[in-house]
Amino acid sequence: MTPLLQVRDLTKRYGARLGCGDVSFDLYPGEVMGIVGESGSGKSTLLNCLAGHLAPDEGQVIFDTRAEGPVDTLRMSEPARRMLGRTDWAFVHQNARDGLRMGVSAGANVGERLMAVGARHYGDIREQAVDWLGRVEIAEDRVDDRPRAFSGGMQQRLQIARNLVTGPRLVFMDEPTGGLDVSVQARLLDLLRGLVREMGLSAIIVTHDLAVVRLLADRLMVMKSGAVVETGLTDQVLDDPQHGYTQLLVSSVLQV
Amino acid sequence: MEAMIRVSDVSKSFVLHNQGGAVIPVMAGAELSVQPGECVALVGDSGAGKSTLMRMLYGNYLSNGGSICVGGLDVARAEPREILAMRREVLGYVSQFLRVVPRVPTLEVVAEPVLAAGGRREAGEARARDLLARLNVPERLWSLSPTTFSGGEQQRVNIARGFAHDFPAMLLDEPTASLDATNRAVVLELIEEAKARGAAIVGIFHDAEARAQVCDREIDVSRFTPERAA
Repeated sequence: MTPLLQVRDLTKRYGARLGCGDVSFDLYPGEVMGIVGESGSGKSTLLNCLAGHLAPDEGQVIFDTRAEGPVDTLRMSEPARRMLGRTDWAFVHQNARDGLRMGVSAGANVGERLMAVGARHYGDIREQAVDWLGRVEIAEDRVDDRPRAFSGGMQQRLQIARNLVTGPRLVFMDEPTGGLDVSVQARLLDLLRGLVREMGLSAIIVTHDLAVVRLLADRLMVMKSGAVVETGLTDQVLDDPQHGYTQLLVSSVLQV
Repeated sequence: MEAMIRVSDVSKSFVLHNQGGAVIPVMAGAELSVQPGECVALVGDSGAGKSTLMRMLYGNYLSNGGSICVGGLDVARAEPREILAMRREVLGYVSQFLRVVPRVPTLEVVAEPVLAAGGRREAGEARARDLLARLNVPERLWSLSPTTFSGGEQQRVNIARGFAHDFPAMLLDEPTASLDATNRAVVLELIEEAKARGAAIVGIFHDAEARAQVCDREIDVSRFTPERAA
């Protein structure tokens, strides 16, 4: 099986300071990988380099495209990479405001992504938008409301609908449940897990919440000071951590 | 006959980096072999390493040496995705505690292993209904999440989930703990049925009667406990 994403020696420096260094991994279709570590460990830098939001200094990010097979996305033309960002890739921001257009309706937020890939029939677009709002549990009568009239949890679900409507194959998520209260988090996790399973998505989730990765991620990558210190099966890394930093991370979680 | 589960010369130690790098050897020279249709009990005092061995078989714990073959895969050396495939298709695990995503209804929790192994939704739900009914989980609870259930109810949901897919190999961690006599008998029946269809089973049973009824052999894991420096 060809990996969906092959990352090789990815390095990003901010001047003399290391953002992330020498990161390599393969992600296979249908796999969900979690990246954990404390603030400043380089996990968001890594995610942004993978998704093409930041230009790394060294390395390769090879994506198995539908048309041409594995291609290094860092050496793609800008329009080709943008197209990838609208079709096969999706990015769920921690703050829904960064991933939504706050000035247009919920339906338009979802429809816009469809139009970006060529949908033109208004009735079809609206129908698909309503269908997706339903899948993320937003009632049909809210389709014409603007996102600023939504609660934080609803905004996050709308952002997910907007991202998944084009049927991406790889989803990047930056703290998708951060800033939400726990009951809303549980609902969102359940939703994400169902969508990942049904659509056969691969996903890379950055979070500092170990409970979130335990439920969502197949594999884990632990980062500290820009370097990957440990990788493995999620429950193995959490139940039998090998690196001192991971041991500290796991033993610091408060039991409920 | 080819063994379904074969553990050869497995060792394990824990290194506690945040406690002065203390090295705690917990297992050395572990050997175990289970044939299809056979149920082997792990016995030994508390702390002897029964759970550790189970977790190494399931891939939760890394081993430091030796090999752990389950249905042809060496768990001690496998990639995460190979271990996940093994857990979907080959090796089932009935743990002591139910861990589920909040909000998911009981029926789906139980049916999920069938879907994960590639079965159809209807088949999974039919199997889930059958098992929940046999384990006396009231039907009015099936559409609710098990997170709010009593300990005994959760344990029965957990067992139903563990037996939903016909795994060729299974790990059972105290499957009869905290069950009443009726449900205990149902669980023992499920174990007998799994053996009859050829499942290779490794279990921890503190319930000596249950152990005598379903297990063909006992392995004392304290034989694999390394000598500790005083």
